[in-house]
Amino acid sequence: MDNRLDSRTAVKDTLPTVFGYIGIGIAFGIVAKASGMSPLLVFLMSVITYAGSAQFVAVSMLAAHSPILSIVFAIFLVNSRMILMSTTVARYFNKSSMLKNVIIGSLLTDETFALSMNKRNYTDNQLGFAWMNTANLIAYGTWIISSVVGAVLGNLITNPDKFGLDFALIAMFMGLLYLQVISDKSLSRLLQLIVIVLTCALVYLGLIFIPSNILILVVTLVGCTLGMVIKHAFF
Amino acid sequence: MPSFNFVLLTIIGCGIITWLSRISPFVILKKYRLSPTLIEFLSFVPIVIMAALWFENLFTQRMGHLPGIDYENLFASIPTIIGAILTKSLLAIVIIGIVSLAVIRMIM
Repeated sequence: MDNRLDSRTAVKDTLPTVFGYIGIGIAFGIVAKASGMSPLLVFLMSVITYAGSAQFVAVSMLAAHSPILSIVFAIFLVNSRMILMSTTVARYFNKSSMLKNVIIGSLLTDETFALSMNKRNYTDNQLGFAWMNTANLIAYGTWIISSVVGAVLGNLITNPDKFGLDFALIAMFMGLLYLQVISDKSLSRLLQLIVIVLTCALVYLGLIFIPSNILILVVTLVGCTLGMVIKHAFF
Repeated sequence: MPSFNFVLLTIIGCGIITWLSRISPFVILKKYRLSPTLIEFLSFVPIVIMAALWFENLFTQRMGHLPGIDYENLFASIPTIIGAILTKSLLAIVIIGIVSLAVIRMIM
């Protein structure tokens, strides 16, 4: 990763992350097809809802004949962490037009969020529309195509887990986390490590009583608060 | 699976709520400035979210009891971390992770 923020650089920066979408996207297509959704509906859900892991939740609730409002509410809870991510990224587009802000916001995902947080460590804390929008579009396109491929090929690939592709997304977050820690100069490395260990403990304890739908949100709110408290008390 | 129209309506409903979650901070922050406290809070969001998305996959939930450990993902994480430290390349890290889990599944 370097300090350039043009579209071409965005393509290069985003390439490693597409493996994550391909694995999960295909898996989503297969699961949705197996639950009775046509490839057309899989396509429409990836285009219109575009909610990553929350789409798995929507499919399982649809299959269980849940009412629309409860499905929509569940999706809101699963994706409410988007509000935190958007708030974090929005600051970098304060000077861009409202239209550009809406375009960036509309396609922001976990992955492009994490990627952009890494990128700003190389660009003197700047992000640009061309870079961000290209990264978002690549993520969006890859997600749509791979989920439709999964739905169409659903009958052929019975055991996608065998190839280890489901680990692509986890490895991607591990990689982005590591690169974040070694390149972020705004927080001390020791403080970052303490917060990460605390996050692990929070996830472990949270799993005991917090539904997995809202676990990430709760852990993030508590983890960031603890981070602030520790920073003021000891750093 | 419910009717085509029901599913389509659900997809649109979920799409609207997700879109609002995504764009509202962008729209609001165009008008208002964040307080320094909130900016400091947000500075922790990247590492906490990324760490949580990783750790979530190392455990299996058993409501009301201590979580189980997902040994496949835990073991696959070890070569992935080593790969991260050695290569510092996202692409290499992802490929090492995929291969690690595939190998672990073959052995276990």
